[in-house]
Amino acid sequence: MAQRIDVSIEHKGAPPTDDGRKHPNTCPGCGSHYRDDELERNQSVCPQCGHHFPLAARDRIDQLADTGSFAEEDGELRSADPLGFFDLRPYTERLSEAEVATGLGDAMIAGAATIEGMPCVLCSMDFAFMGGSMGSVVGEVFTRASDVAAERGIPLVSVAASGGARMQENVLALMQMAKTVCAVDLLRESGVPYVSVLAHPTTGGVIASFAALGDFVVAEPDALLSFAGPRVVQETTRETLPEDFGRAESSLEHGLIDAVIKRPELKDELGRILRLCAGGTLVPMELDSETAPPPGIMARVLRFLRSTPHGPSHTNGGPA
Amino acid sequence: MNSRLPTPFRGLRRRLAERAAESDIWDAVQLARDDGRPYTLDYVEHLVDEWVELHGDRQGTDDHAIVAGVGSFRGRTIAIVGHQKGRDLKERAFRNFGMAQPQGYAKARRIFALADRLGFPVVTMIDTPGAYPGVESEQAGQAAAIAQSMLEMVRLRVPSVACVIGEGGSGGALAIGVADRVLMLEHAIYSVISPEGCATILWRDVNQRRKAAAAFKPTARFSYELGVVDTVVPEPSGGAHKDHERAARLLGDAIAHALDSIEAEPIEQRRTLRRAKFRRMGVWLENGVVVGEKEPEPGALVAGD
Repeated sequence: MAQRIDVSIEHKGAPPTDDGRKHPNTCPGCGSHYRDDELERNQSVCPQCGHHFPLAARDRIDQLADTGSFAEEDGELRSADPLGFFDLRPYTERLSEAEVATGLGDAMIAGAATIEGMPCVLCSMDFAFMGGSMGSVVGEVFTRASDVAAERGIPLVSVAASGGARMQENVLALMQMAKTVCAVDLLRESGVPYVSVLAHPTTGGVIASFAALGDFVVAEPDALLSFAGPRVVQETTRETLPEDFGRAESSLEHGLIDAVIKRPELKDELGRILRLCAGGTLVPMELDSETAPPPGIMARVLRFLRSTPHGPSHTNGGPA
Repeated sequence: MNSRLPTPFRGLRRRLAERAAESDIWDAVQLARDDGRPYTLDYVEHLVDEWVELHGDRQGTDDHAIVAGVGSFRGRTIAIVGHQKGRDLKERAFRNFGMAQPQGYAKARRIFALADRLGFPVVTMIDTPGAYPGVESEQAGQAAAIAQSMLEMVRLRVPSVACVIGEGGSGGALAIGVADRVLMLEHAIYSVISPEGCATILWRDVNQRRKAAAAFKPTARFSYELGVVDTVVPEPSGGAHKDHERAARLLGDAIAHALDSIEAEPIEQRRTLRRAKFRRMGVWLENGVVVGEKEPEPGALVAGD
């Protein structure tokens, strides 16, 4: 973590870091520098300019899930090294380093939670774990979470932050795109809502698989949401890229996402979406006999949802 | 390994072995990209009679990097969707080097839906360096187009067979690769990123592409061993570019065999089985135990033998 800075003036310059890069607590937008507790108090959003700092997977869950409601599942999964991959350093070494740095088993954590009292299955990615890349573990964690949501008939909420598929697992990582899409297909077939939140950045194989397939897709301000990165596009096309290339606001403009939501308003928005979903009829379409939930579960889910305090009988006064 | 050799020699031997593997894998990459190899329309010419090519996404665009149509294949009417590369400068530009835009994947989705309605098995031919990375492609929703194309394939009620015939590059390839059976030609490659892209990112030097290719092993054999493809289809000796007709016949045999075996499965479980197939993919550690390593089925490596 950042070293302690014993000054209370926010605009004080940040201490230089060893590798010459900016200190992680220095805002790249306006240059303001914050103590850890100041950032935490502001949900890691710069109070001066509104820049959204990267958020660790667990901090995201703390911000979104009702206190104490998150029950992590499948936290014991770890990446193997099926290819014996070695670039400048072995894959296994990069993995242990990421585990130590982030305290996570891999780039995604998942579990059951409630958001504003509404039950859901919540997945959260961490860009600090090898660029949030999706290998076999991320694919499996997402798929299990999605299957649990389908089975229990409760909505799935995923928060993506990822550079894409993990190169060190090559074609197996590529296949996680297909695997997670299959999971979403089962979810859709079960008539269970899926809300996909895109944080900065969500690119490559993650935006081109499960993250793009939410029934509701919302993004944080200024998040980069392109399939190919700006540098690749620049090098391939030799075009000058528009300044807002691939950014959330531009994606909204082009009809690729439903909304851009600031972090302090994200929980409200998710609560609103989940309440609206609970007000639907929840009749699953064309269920496969193999995958259908046991008879009666939908009725039970309906009863449960209708009995919650934020049930569909409440009118929704907030902006859409 | 000879353990009696003094350490420096063991290191030397390992380095030599690595270098040999490196050049083997690089040869495979170059062979997969050889412009003498049959492309989708070459296979169409040799494999189907009564071909009707279909064009356009019905929303204003016909992407020439994706070709599609219906034809008669050994007694069945099938729908074919594939990437198409060009051989000369003009055709390469016309086909955009086989790099599809979102409209190309929309075209593919339209053909998948058509095949599903009319009961034509779907055969896809994968041969692309990747989806086209351009400003307009991104603004038209390249990522969502790929995801939706995969989803449409998962939902099919008809049998589907995907064939990696050359370069299986990244999400742009997999977008038409989520099928009941995945076949891969002996000298094709399948990878999450091009060796050049991998070298640029991990080594920060595009000239390390041979090393990158060796590290991530995009060959048919490795893809088979990792459980990603069901069958490796043999090519004529020296490679498919030596004899298009024979290459097409060998691929045709494998496709027919795959379609027969899919049709033998109960139709009401097709979607469930397809999901289960991809559900199994991946290798990881769970409580310290390796999960997901595949036991190769004897005899499945090469079809048609």
